[in-house]
Amino acid sequence: MTSKTTNSRRDFLKMTALTGGGLVLGFNWFSAEASVPEVISNSAMAAGNIGFNSYLSIATDGTVTIMSPNPELGQNIITSFPMVVAEELEADWKKVKVLQANLDNKFDRQLTGGSGAVPHSWKLLRNAGATAKFMLIAAAAKQWSVPSAECTAANGFVLHSRTGKKLSFGDLAEAASKIPVPATVQLKDRKDFKLIGKSVRNVENHKIVTGKPLFGMDFYREGMVYAMIQRPSFGMKLKSFDAAITKAMPGIIDVVSFNNNVAVIGKSTWEILKARKLLKIDYEKDADLESTEDHDKLFLSLMDNGEATVRRKDGDVDAAFKNAAKVIKGEYQCPFISHSPMEPMNFFADVRADGVELVGPTQTPARARAEVSQLLKIPEDKITLQLTRLGGGFGRRLKNDFVTEAAELSSIIKKPVKLIWSKEDDMTGGTYRPAVRYRFEAALDSTGNLTGYKLRGVGINSGNSTREHNFPSGAIDNLLIDSVEHKSPITTGAWRAPITNFLAFAEQAFLDEVAHAAGKDPVQFRLDLLAKAKRSPVGEIRYDINRMESVIKMAAEKSGWGKKKDVSQGFSVYFSHLSYVAQVADVIMRNGLPVVKKIYAVSDCGQVVAHNGAVHQVMGGVVDGLGHAMYSKLSFRDGVADQNNYNTYRLIKMKEVPEIETHFVDNGIDPTGLGEPALPPTGGAVANAIFKATGKRLRNQPFIEEDVFKTVS
Amino acid sequence: MAIYKLQVNGKTLQADVEADTPLLWVLRDHLGLVGTKYACGIAQCGSCTVHVNGSATRSCVYPVSAVGNSQVITIEGLSEKGDHPLQQAWDEIDVSQCGYCQAGQIMTAAALLKQNPKPSMDEIEVTMNGNICRCGAYHRIRDAVKLASSKI
Repeated sequence: MTSKTTNSRRDFLKMTALTGGGLVLGFNWFSAEASVPEVISNSAMAAGNIGFNSYLSIATDGTVTIMSPNPELGQNIITSFPMVVAEELEADWKKVKVLQANLDNKFDRQLTGGSGAVPHSWKLLRNAGATAKFMLIAAAAKQWSVPSAECTAANGFVLHSRTGKKLSFGDLAEAASKIPVPATVQLKDRKDFKLIGKSVRNVENHKIVTGKPLFGMDFYREGMVYAMIQRPSFGMKLKSFDAAITKAMPGIIDVVSFNNNVAVIGKSTWEILKARKLLKIDYEKDADLESTEDHDKLFLSLMDNGEATVRRKDGDVDAAFKNAAKVIKGEYQCPFISHSPMEPMNFFADVRADGVELVGPTQTPARARAEVSQLLKIPEDKITLQLTRLGGGFGRRLKNDFVTEAAELSSIIKKPVKLIWSKEDDMTGGTYRPAVRYRFEAALDSTGNLTGYKLRGVGINSGNSTREHNFPSGAIDNLLIDSVEHKSPITTGAWRAPITNFLAFAEQAFLDEVAHAAGKDPVQFRLDLLAKAKRSPVGEIRYDINRMESVIKMAAEKSGWGKKKDVSQGFSVYFSHLSYVAQVADVIMRNGLPVVKKIYAVSDCGQVVAHNGAVHQVMGGVVDGLGHAMYSKLSFRDGVADQNNYNTYRLIKMKEVPEIETHFVDNGIDPTGLGEPALPPTGGAVANAIFKATGKRLRNQPFIEEDVFKTVS
Repeated sequence: MAIYKLQVNGKTLQADVEADTPLLWVLRDHLGLVGTKYACGIAQCGSCTVHVNGSATRSCVYPVSAVGNSQVITIEGLSEKGDHPLQQAWDEIDVSQCGYCQAGQIMTAAALLKQNPKPSMDEIEVTMNGNICRCGAYHRIRDAVKLASSKI
């Protein structure tokens, strides 16, 4: 098993040609209207005249080459997509080569976001493999003059068991390419899966551990220049600048300005890093210069008096609260946080008269190309985009501000340029997870039933800060969910599990408060709500009650819920990206402080593709959820972030991660999302366990600033 | 500008740079050794870790003028065939997610194992705690160091 990064489709064609003939399938993995593969002759490929999106090729030496179109940022798509194709093909995994595809119009949904790649492409990938297998078997059957039905494929060979005949895929590829393409094919029964559901190692491991140039930061082109940009802080705009000293520094080629930016162009990264600090720039006020204390005041005033948009209304909430035996209220707040992937933003752009070449790490390559096209008034078909591996994304690289900057800069200086953001540029440059405050209210009747529920979200550039159709909606007769938004110059964007990365904590912590007030076990309380939703659903329900029930029950069982004497446990469950994850946190007290010892995570993401990859996503999601809930925040003074690098912005480290035990529900459902769903429940499980241990509710993130984490002197 | 002759991965390489240029940028921009990564630039995350005379060193704050005749080893030079016990363990345990920090993680671990071939889990954690992995692959990093140490 090897992987290869190509520079272009041309290289792929060249490589295919070198392997000499063979079956080349071009198939529309991704567009629903064309899920039936078609055979492409080598001559058509050589002519570069192929009207398809992605390619599965089988060379005469038996090498199976599979293109992986989606950006890889650690979610393991470059391994799991090809596994699905290889499974149905009955390929020998050791003979599979994986290539990262560049942006190509023919791909559908060539992006990384929303935990949607495998759910979206599952059937198309399987169909692609199964169709090639059908043709290989048909070719063998023809050669042996036996019925296809008597032949089977396994491990890169077609077999005829009655006669013991056997031919490799490589031997058959040529003949198979002449077999008519079947309109429909039989997919494997999941009980026969050999690869899917098993642990298969990341195909790029060797390159990663030997330091091969995989990432955008590693890209180099002869003749390129390096650039960094000084950008205004939030609410400011450029007034004037003096670049005389900067320009006189060694290695500096030029200093140019566009869109309130001052860009320093030079021969090496260090030279521009140093020279940029010597720019003399005057900014002037362009909008409000907001500080965290302004936001704190805004949250309180908007919570009471803001103009709210109603998101969902069931029954008569006012009556429910008027008639309540008990009303519980809880408010929760989170700060802005930065995505801060390890690899800072960067992109290569070469804007020439005959077209534009873009190279680098983006989660949304098609959108990047469209934005560059619009900006430079150059048609999309004159723009190529080569995808590199992404050193993390977490949503930051859904936005392509760094791509358009690189393109604009290249068009101004008329040179190929690699634009680099420093870590400080990244952390102060915006598109953060929005700061949000929630107010929850619950009405209980005299028997402890939840009869009324209110949620108001107030967010700064958050859009709708609620997920109004999520649990517990549907289980409560009288419910009102609304939201208020404050528009700010501080920019925000999707951050892994957008909105739910904090909403899930707040909601699951509040439900724990309500269960406590009702005198009910938190697990049973949730199961009772789900039973109510099943028995007499209220309004629209977008989650699957049975799937949520099953992860709750399994998490309770696996964690020994309610049976442990030596630890305090907290429970949480959340539905997002079509998947269900329940978590239990075990907390102990050490020297008067709570310590998270272990987190159990039970996930229902349907069929698991790469088992180890799935475990990594869940563990990474839990660590990410715990780390940011515990430690991370960005605060602001007059539009400037107080934290600009890892010395002041705290990320979780090795010694702070608890043991994590993962389980998956095996229910045979087609895959649902997994890159994000394990993150949202973690904060709630931890906060609820800490309540159990200390009697104190955590209502604000980062937890580390809350009283329970302050040592008593 | 001045010409610096550096001993990198067993070869003598030279770069014409300013004295204060961090070794990281000499490696990356001038010598084409991009396996060593830039992330924070202020010695807080460990992505840029290389060996200078066998010691794990944050190359992003280590000026080229301080290197002298020291032997510099980068991830590209850790082993000839990419088969150092740590590199094998990283594959066997399937440590990486995005992979960007892993060269620095491996170089930090390699310096540890050179000094202390059989570290305890506590010793591994103390050493590796300075290296940030944004994907949160910490459990596997720890386990891979342990696995590699068992094979040395």
